Amino acid sequence: MFAFTAKKGRIVGAAAITALLAGTVAACGDSQDTAQTTSPADAEAALSEESSLLVWGWDPAIQPVADAFEAKYPNIDVEVVNVGTGSDHYTKVQNAITASSGAPDLAQMEYYAIPQFALSGGLADLTALGAGELESSYTPAAWNNVVVNDAIYGLPWGTGPMALFYNKAVFDEHGVEVPGTWDEYVAAAKTLHEADPDLYITNDAGDAGFATSMMWQAGGQPFQIDGTNVSVNLQDEGSMKWANTWNELVQNDLVAPISSWSDEWYQGLSNGSIASLTIGAWMAGNLESGVPDGAGDWRVAPMPVWNEGDTTTAENGGGAFSVLEQSDNKVVAQEFLEFMTASSEGQKITLDTVDGIPSTVAELSDEQWLNREWEYFGGQQVNQVLADAANNVVEGWQYLPFQVFANSVFADSVGQSYANKSDINAGLSQWQDAIVSYGEQQGFEVSAQ
Amino acid sequence: MTLTREVETHPGAASSMPVIRRSRRSWTGWGFMAPFMIVFLFVLLAPVLYSVYLSVYDTKLIGGTQFVGMDNYIRVMNDPQFWDGVVRILKFFAIQVPIMIFLALGAALAIDSARLRASGFFRIIIFMPYAVPAVVATLMWGFIFGDRFGLVANLNDFLNASIPSPLTSSLILLAIANIQVWTFTGYNMLIFYSTLRTIPEELYEAADLDGANQWWVIRSIKLPALRGSMVIALVFSVIGSFQLFNEPNVLKGLAPNSISSFFTPNMYAYNLSFSGQQYNYSATVALVMGVLTMIVAYSVQHFGTRKDER
Repeated sequence: MFAFTAKKGRIVGAAAITALLAGTVAACGDSQDTAQTTSPADAEAALSEESSLLVWGWDPAIQPVADAFEAKYPNIDVEVVNVGTGSDHYTKVQNAITASSGAPDLAQMEYYAIPQFALSGGLADLTALGAGELESSYTPAAWNNVVVNDAIYGLPWGTGPMALFYNKAVFDEHGVEVPGTWDEYVAAAKTLHEADPDLYITNDAGDAGFATSMMWQAGGQPFQIDGTNVSVNLQDEGSMKWANTWNELVQNDLVAPISSWSDEWYQGLSNGSIASLTIGAWMAGNLESGVPDGAGDWRVAPMPVWNEGDTTTAENGGGAFSVLEQSDNKVVAQEFLEFMTASSEGQKITLDTVDGIPSTVAELSDEQWLNREWEYFGGQQVNQVLADAANNVVEGWQYLPFQVFANSVFADSVGQSYANKSDINAGLSQWQDAIVSYGEQQGFEVSAQ
Repeated sequence: MTLTREVETHPGAASSMPVIRRSRRSWTGWGFMAPFMIVFLFVLLAPVLYSVYLSVYDTKLIGGTQFVGMDNYIRVMNDPQFWDGVVRILKFFAIQVPIMIFLALGAALAIDSARLRASGFFRIIIFMPYAVPAVVATLMWGFIFGDRFGLVANLNDFLNASIPSPLTSSLILLAIANIQVWTFTGYNMLIFYSTLRTIPEELYEAADLDGANQWWVIRSIKLPALRGSMVIALVFSVIGSFQLFNEPNVLKGLAPNSISSFFTPNMYAYNLSFSGQQYNYSATVALVMGVLTMIVAYSVQHFGTRKDER
């Protein structure tokens, strides 16, 4: 559902200037809990009055959802603005929050970014607006992502349970079976690369989002957050399990050192030299639109597991929409959120626009959606695999309350292990040091193991 | 050149200048200054003062904003990442500037020598890269440097060689130096060339009469005349190197592991601000870097200029 499009080398010069001029020292205001909860009658009244909403996000499905909402509530004017993808977007949201003005009513928030913006007081707690009643509509894994310190900072819109997307034509050509475990995956990587030195099972140049998802699946819980107490252990059992396996792949040149979303990456996916991706379920739609040459060649299988018989998977990407604390139209904003993420109408529009994975229980078990045969994937009922993945996400994972920053310095430490083909565990330890020192500077109680 | 200078600096010439006296309390002068002063205050001074203000505070995710006095400055002084960046740009300066000045000088002398046909054409061609925006130039060079489907890849395929990618961490500084040499050689050439055009014909005639060959003309007339422009070119280069940002920031997209988030002090300040929300510390880094640049640029100007010209 979250279409991650490649936007490289973009300089946010304008944002830089805005921030320098407007970057007033933000008082870290706590979101004030209003005692009373909005009643349906209040919401009804707010919706019948003329008002407007400003939404920031980059997903192509936002606009059609907004159109449908406007049609349903003609007094509400919804404006959708794309201010950038991923970190560009967060920079602008952060600038608006820091400047205490200019923020939208609603903003797209990937799960990993929610704790950071929630803690700095930028996002509104939706509990008072009645969001708590919607909990049972979403899968537990999705819901878990929007709750920080018992407050609700957004409603899940799409999830990214991981699966193995593989190029069946390439696998068949070299007689490689679809790997069910990571050991089989390493073996398959060797077979493919030995058969053709230009052929790689996947690409990985060091990607924080991927690494954390892999640790997640391996049972790692490197980040534990309790209020302002943060404990970091990037050498726990699960994290090391991933690092050790990946050492073997990286040090033996079995993965292509190509950054995801780069031109080379798309080229590699198109010409078959990157033979598979272990990635969030939203990749299904992205493959179809971004790699049209691969039509008919690609298939989807469950993510490889650590022990035979396991069915575990993790989340990769995916995200929510949040109401900003600055918004003065929160009741209507909440209604829009509900329409977008929880109503079957909103979910249907979204799924029609971008092929993705719904975060609501009802849509996940919708027969028509489940049994859809994807032409791009050779008629495979891809959604069945992806829905299974959604139900098998390992529980208990937490992101750092400053994950956006942590990911931005991943290349300084773990990236160096990739570049020098040295021990990833050493890189993880350095990453941990950077995380600990940043956390302490920001006033968290950080303990490192 | 030496002849004319002596005339200019003749002691008698200075003392015969009329001294202009004006009323002390007249504000008329400021009236003429106003358009500049207003712009100066708002565009230059206000942001600097605001940065100074930011730099003595500290905003935390937990705990809000506090006055911290000089703490941020002390932190910069002891910050290995900051100094890593400073050392890197010094290295960069040491590699890139001599090559660029040498090439620019050669080009300017060649065009000025009157032995080159179509010198106007060469002048434009050499200057042209300067007109290409840095971001575009870097992307273009980035693709040339690519060892997968760039020019380096093609060369490797064609020659069956294995030229290492210039985008690996050990070579990336040279790759950036290459881009900057390409961009700024023409600009410096133009500065040198315009100075060479101001040398009076008489000096060449005199040299001719004395039987000096071209090398002697270059050594004794042209190079001394170029001294002032070279100092200016150096000062510009100091500022340019110390502010290095566009090239590494764009290349980071192509080679994320070769360029750290603190590759140059400017990148460090940028990332502190926009990835880490450490606006206060970022402002401090920017100010310290500004002061360092001023010191180095001033030293270059001071020691590069002859005593009698200071």
